[in-house]
Amino acid sequence: MGNKQTIFTAQQLFDRYRDLAPQLVPLDYTNHPDVKLPYELIGSMPELKDNPFRQRIAEVFSEDGEGNMTLDDFLDMFSVLSEMAPRDLKASYAFKIYDFNNDDFICKSDLEKTLNRLTRNELTEDEVRMVCEKVIDEADLDNDGRLSLEDFQHMIVRAPDFLSTFHIRI
Amino acid sequence: MSEGEMAALKEEVEEKKKVIATLRNQPWRMKKRLVVLKEAQEFVEKFEGALGKGKGRKLYAYKVMMTKILMGLPYGSIPRKTVPREEQETAMDYSVLFDFGGYCKYSFLFYGYYNNEPTIGVLKFRLPLSYLLVGVGIFGYSLMVVIRTMARNANEGGDGGEEGDFTFSWKMFTSWDYLIGNPETADNKYASITTSFKESIVDEQENQKDENIHLRRFLRVLANFLIVSCLGGSGYLIYFVVKRSQEFANMKKDNLSWFEKNEVEFVMSLLGLVCPPLFETIAELEDYHPRIALKWQLGRIFALFLGNLYTFLFALFDEVTAKLESEKVIKNSTEWVLNQYYSNYSSFYNTTDVPPPAVHPSDVIRGPCWETGVGIEFVKLIVSDIQVTYLTILIGDFVRAVIVRFLNYCWCWDLEAGFPSYGEFDISGNVLGLIFNQGMIWMGAFYAPGLVGLNVLRLLSSMYYQCWAVMCCNVPHERVFKASRSNNFYMGLLLLVLFLSLLPVVYTIMTLSPSFDCGPFSGQEKMYDVIMETIEKDLPAFIGNLFSYATNPGLILPAVLLMVLALYYLNAVSKAYQQANTDLKKKMQMARDEEKNRRNNKDSTNQVMKDLEDLLPNKSLIPPPTEEEPPPPDVVIEKGSKSPKMKPGAAAKGVNLQKDVSLAAPNPRAPVTRAPGPRKGPPGNARGPQPGPGRGRGRGGPPRH
Repeated sequence: MGNKQTIFTAQQLFDRYRDLAPQLVPLDYTNHPDVKLPYELIGSMPELKDNPFRQRIAEVFSEDGEGNMTLDDFLDMFSVLSEMAPRDLKASYAFKIYDFNNDDFICKSDLEKTLNRLTRNELTEDEVRMVCEKVIDEADLDNDGRLSLEDFQHMIVRAPDFLSTFHIRI
Repeated sequence: MSEGEMAALKEEVEEKKKVIATLRNQPWRMKKRLVVLKEAQEFVEKFEGALGKGKGRKLYAYKVMMTKILMGLPYGSIPRKTVPREEQETAMDYSVLFDFGGYCKYSFLFYGYYNNEPTIGVLKFRLPLSYLLVGVGIFGYSLMVVIRTMARNANEGGDGGEEGDFTFSWKMFTSWDYLIGNPETADNKYASITTSFKESIVDEQENQKDENIHLRRFLRVLANFLIVSCLGGSGYLIYFVVKRSQEFANMKKDNLSWFEKNEVEFVMSLLGLVCPPLFETIAELEDYHPRIALKWQLGRIFALFLGNLYTFLFALFDEVTAKLESEKVIKNSTEWVLNQYYSNYSSFYNTTDVPPPAVHPSDVIRGPCWETGVGIEFVKLIVSDIQVTYLTILIGDFVRAVIVRFLNYCWCWDLEAGFPSYGEFDISGNVLGLIFNQGMIWMGAFYAPGLVGLNVLRLLSSMYYQCWAVMCCNVPHERVFKASRSNNFYMGLLLLVLFLSLLPVVYTIMTLSPSFDCGPFSGQEKMYDVIMETIEKDLPAFIGNLFSYATNPGLILPAVLLMVLALYYLNAVSKAYQQANTDLKKKMQMARDEEKNRRNNKDSTNQVMKDLEDLLPNKSLIPPPTEEEPPPPDVVIEKGSKSPKMKPGAAAKGVNLQKDVSLAAPNPRAPVTRAPGPRKGPPGNARGPQPGPGRGRGRGGPPRH
């Protein structure tokens, strides 16, 4: 383990990044070129294309918040989503991903969007409303009607499946 | 072969028979089941029963796997194994075979076939003893298996569903697997997530329903009344039909139409078809959670089938007594004939050494073998059950689906959405079908050993058939719920059925005397005499003494008393454990609430301090820490939640503060005169300053609705 593995993985990641758009990405990064790959390329990667939250993932990890990722963003994304990232780091990024309106709180509308993405709009409005209310009931500790980062972390840290599902292997 | 080896062999055969009988209950893969079945059956056939060459060979069609030469005497050698002369001409007729008469009746399938010699063949296999022991042992083994399964299920969280603290939150944030990279897998995952949410929603809705209790109770009472009257009606109908069939039995067979001959089975199947949907419709008045409604439905259908079965048994019993009567008559006539023969012979040839009459086996006078009669009835019942099930699936699911699909184009209303639409998989009907099938096997196996093999065949084929039917013709339930959580309930039903089917068999073993010319116990007073004989003759003397001591009532009564006391004690211990469990859960809950409140206070205090710092021009105004009384919190009680959420500033006492809180004065919004210090210990009497404007930020929470 250790260095050799990490370097090998970083090289792998760079290759994957470059494979997305060989004409845009130079082989030589010593001059830190300012290259951003548009979201469409990122979203079509096989690891992400079936994920209902791929757009949010790209937006959260990209510098400009639009989903256009530099190599650093790319590396960041896969390192947080890898097995070796610490739980709290993952939890904070998960929070950002599910916070659709970027207001540092997961409010009811964020929950509704999450749920509709998860069930592909199969649930009725009443059911969606009920589920979102239940989630806020369960997890909202400071009683402001929305989930702050602490609420979210408190809840997610106890979840048995979190680490195994919030994981992408490349 | 030595005694030990004989006993070992006998035990092995018993073992194999038990395995066959309870193969259904084992949680094994199909391949393993088939292999074990094949082994066990080969073994059993090798050492029990006989099938020779010639006419008997046609019966191969009814056997599953039969490869080796069997131990007993072949067909046609002794009277009980042969078809009587008068029946021989019709013995191979299809209709007679269908009724399980003819060759079928005189085969190893039924009790009457087995010879009553104490030991048979080269290995001196004790057929009668083993027959009895296996028959009784099947029940014991099944009992053990069922109870063990129930105990295992109880350990794994049991019945009724678990409560998680963050069920919905975890479902929402941790159910999607980010490793999914395949569109099909993604589709499946979406479907399973949706189903899982719907299940939890249904469970939650049940908890939240507010109801008009009186109306609901009235409706439930009404529904129960209707259903009880249905059950009573069906019971009376069966009784009536059975009485009629007894009259028919006295008339000659050829005058009866097919309908009249099979009236009992027909009526029972009809009731089994009509009543369950009727019960379901009536049960919609009751408006229960689907899982609970399923249990009620099962209970009711169970009562229905029970009534049917016991009426059937009583009818059988009448038949048995009639046969016993006629047997006495035949016995007398046989003895008379034999006496005649002996006296004629000795007077004709003038000797006293009279050889036994040289009569072809098929011409011997035969008694009516009531055990075989009973066996035949059971087999007929099972076969008609099979036919009804297959037909129901074919018509009720397949034909219905075909009609709905194809007639929909030219029908006035939408067949798929309205009546009749596609069928849903009927959980209760199928579960009960299985349980009752098993019950009938338990009852009938003693009198018709071939029934077990027949049933295994039926189970195999029915499984594949129903699998196809479900995939092809059924749609999922509208209200999704986890049926597999009630496993112990089904096991409990199975246990009940086991006991109920044990009763008739044990009763007949104990009270009725076996027929004198058929079966392994013929000639004895009672069937269990075999055991007595074995104990007296073959086992050492002291064991006989032991048994006679053990069956002394003076010993049995205290033993029963002791068991009752042990039961009571264990019950008390288990209740104590349950109580300890709930106490621990409460403690955990309290610890969680304390943590929550501590967190609340930290947040609120930080927030409040920050607000104040913003307001105050000079930050150095923050005084050294002082005693602070938190403002009395408004307790917001959630519907159905476990503990009230405390507003910020609540004391760290957690749940205990509820009482104090409700008595405290409402929160006065006084202007801030002093910055609150950090929290320190329980509130004193001094009322601290109320945080004013800072409170407004999102914490005055929206009113819950």
